[in-house]
Amino acid sequence: MSREQLSFVRSHMLPEAPPPTAETGAIKWLRENLFSSPANTLLTLVSAYVIFKIVMGAAPWFINGIWDSPSLTACREILGGKVGGCFAVLTERWNQLLFGFKYPPELYWRPTLAFVLLFVAVAPVLFIKYLPRKLLVFTGLYPFIAFWLIWGGPIATPVFALLGVLVGIFVYFRLLRTSAGVAVIAGFLAALVFWILSGYLKAPFDGFLAMEAVASRDMGGFMINLMLGVVCVSLSLPIGILLALGRQSSMPIIKWICVVFIEFIRGVPLITLLFVANVVLAYFLPPGTNFDLILRVIIMITMFSSAYIAEVIRGGLAALPRGQYEAADSLGLDYAQSMQLIILPQALKISIPGIVNVAVGLFKDTTLVSVISMFDIVGMIRGPILASPEWNGVYWEVFGFACVLFFITCYGISQYSQWLERQLQTDHR
Amino acid sequence: MKRTVFLGTLTVAGLAAGASAAATLDDVKARGKLNCGVTTGLVGFAAPDANGVWEGFDVAVCRAVAAAVLGDASAVEFVPTTGKTRFTALASGEIDMLARNTTWTFSRDTDLKFDFVGVNYYDGQGFLVPKSLGVSSAKELDGATVCIQTGTTTELNLADFFRANNISYEPVPIETNAEGQQQYLAGACDTYTTDASGLASTRAAFENPGDHVILPEIISKEPLGPLVRHGDNDWGDIVRWTLNALISAEELGVTSANVAELGSAPGGNPEINRLLGTEGDLGAMVGLDNDWAKRAIAAVGNYGEVFEKNIGEKTPIGLARGLNAQWTDGGILYSPPFR
Repeated sequence: MSREQLSFVRSHMLPEAPPPTAETGAIKWLRENLFSSPANTLLTLVSAYVIFKIVMGAAPWFINGIWDSPSLTACREILGGKVGGCFAVLTERWNQLLFGFKYPPELYWRPTLAFVLLFVAVAPVLFIKYLPRKLLVFTGLYPFIAFWLIWGGPIATPVFALLGVLVGIFVYFRLLRTSAGVAVIAGFLAALVFWILSGYLKAPFDGFLAMEAVASRDMGGFMINLMLGVVCVSLSLPIGILLALGRQSSMPIIKWICVVFIEFIRGVPLITLLFVANVVLAYFLPPGTNFDLILRVIIMITMFSSAYIAEVIRGGLAALPRGQYEAADSLGLDYAQSMQLIILPQALKISIPGIVNVAVGLFKDTTLVSVISMFDIVGMIRGPILASPEWNGVYWEVFGFACVLFFITCYGISQYSQWLERQLQTDHR
Repeated sequence: MKRTVFLGTLTVAGLAAGASAAATLDDVKARGKLNCGVTTGLVGFAAPDANGVWEGFDVAVCRAVAAAVLGDASAVEFVPTTGKTRFTALASGEIDMLARNTTWTFSRDTDLKFDFVGVNYYDGQGFLVPKSLGVSSAKELDGATVCIQTGTTTELNLADFFRANNISYEPVPIETNAEGQQQYLAGACDTYTTDASGLASTRAAFENPGDHVILPEIISKEPLGPLVRHGDNDWGDIVRWTLNALISAEELGVTSANVAELGSAPGGNPEINRLLGTEGDLGAMVGLDNDWAKRAIAAVGNYGEVFEKNIGEKTPIGLARGLNAQWTDGGILYSPPFR
């Protein structure tokens, strides 16, 4: 025997063997996650059975669904006893579900355009790091454009409203040097005076660039939910911040006004406030006054959600270590500066989940307006659609559709907020 | 229909109706539109169609009044109201009249300070049962589970009926009619009870309506009619007699098809002549011109036509005339004479 043959040390590497099949890919994943123990295996099998039953039960309903039929009876005739959804109600009443039953059909492009522009307007706010700051100008103009598009009427109305805001801002900055508090009040008064005066000035411009006006009571469908949601969330955030700061203020009057407001609004159900907006206000206003119903509802919902947001932000403020306040003071910053630069950025970051929670809840609460006979999407379904002789008896299809619309919106908001939290993450946990 | 009116009662009673009481007619004429309160949607009685045009049995009353007062059946602003907002809307002056299948009861007429001007539909509470239950009378429902809307007068009527007949039942409380339909179909209760007209439309929406029957017993009186505010009797008269004109027109054989011909010149029947304004001046007595009733009938048809078009046997709702037939045909529809 030669020396080599006697060697018991391997002189070359064996090729790498593949791992056993049970330890790779899908099988490994299944073994580890679904069948790791007898109890786990049992649970997996039971769940798989339940899912299978649900899918098998629901699938024919979707697959046999009828998308084109004039009425529920016709739908059932087409189905001929088979299980199937009657989605034709969605195609036939599509515009009613989105815009309500009284918005003029030839004007549907206006709210649609306003909806598209909404994304353009919020993008610079939501993705402030990635888009040029100049785009914020459009965001500032958007409320006036959207108002003009949705309600129509002469362009003078939103233009004068915008001018009033500009006058207010101008006065604010002129007086900012003297005192911030005086500047806010003076700016507000200046805008108010301008708006009152513009009421007299506006008449000659009424015919100029006037689009067909649409009354508030003609609006409906998912459009109302979106309008109320967007307007109330964007208004209640700044108001909520002010209330939260006011509640922590050392000035007793401001503090108590904020405390009473927050506690009162939080102690009252939203639906009560809506009833007040709808029926009770009519008694207090002089007969014949027509205070726009949507405006009344916007005010009530904004009050409601700003009280909640104030409490969420107060939580954020309380979570900041005292050292942050003291650090701001020791840098010689005044109150406004320390809030803007040190406190609020951190407090708001902490409050994001809470704020989003309130925003999502508020958006879903907008369906409550159906009880004060406004035709939002739920009002449209419960009222005109289910009460029409053609579609009486259709439930799953229409309410499912409303669920889908709300889910898309709310899930989008929640995904954005999680993304934002990751963006703002500065600690190293 | 008979939802609890707690909130409405509270607000109405708490704050006396402050709206200007008199001269609703002048307000309507100046406005050029009639503000008419209707339901947010009830099959056959009031609902906007696919084009957003309001249609239904109650809607026809609004249109008839608008045609009589303003000469245009489309000059109506329909204000949708819920069971909770309807009375405050009327009391605050937001609407000129309410045609929202509202039951005429003592307290609504007196305590809430409204005037019911008449009855356009005599309803009553009935029972819907599956045929397979093998029941032919409500008195055989001993021990049955009953789906019942909570907080309504139907709940009280039900308790009264079962107690009076000395039989027992088990209530299954539900919130809305839609929920009632679902629960009943799912077999959560043996029978579903609400107004007979509601039962008929509910049954019509079933996949197999033939498998269900409405029992013959009607256990309550639910006279549904239009109403106006207390304090303006002239306006109340106009609404009352417009409704009566539609009812009388059917009795006298005046239809939307022949009203133009009959109203062009005085004919052989003096009551038709007075109704259509070719003789006498009844219109002036209510502050309108003499063609008022002619316009109302031409716009919506007589009572029978309105019934047939919206809730009659040829519609999916398929209600028989029953009590709502003319008194000459065995019903209790009876308009005072036009004289």
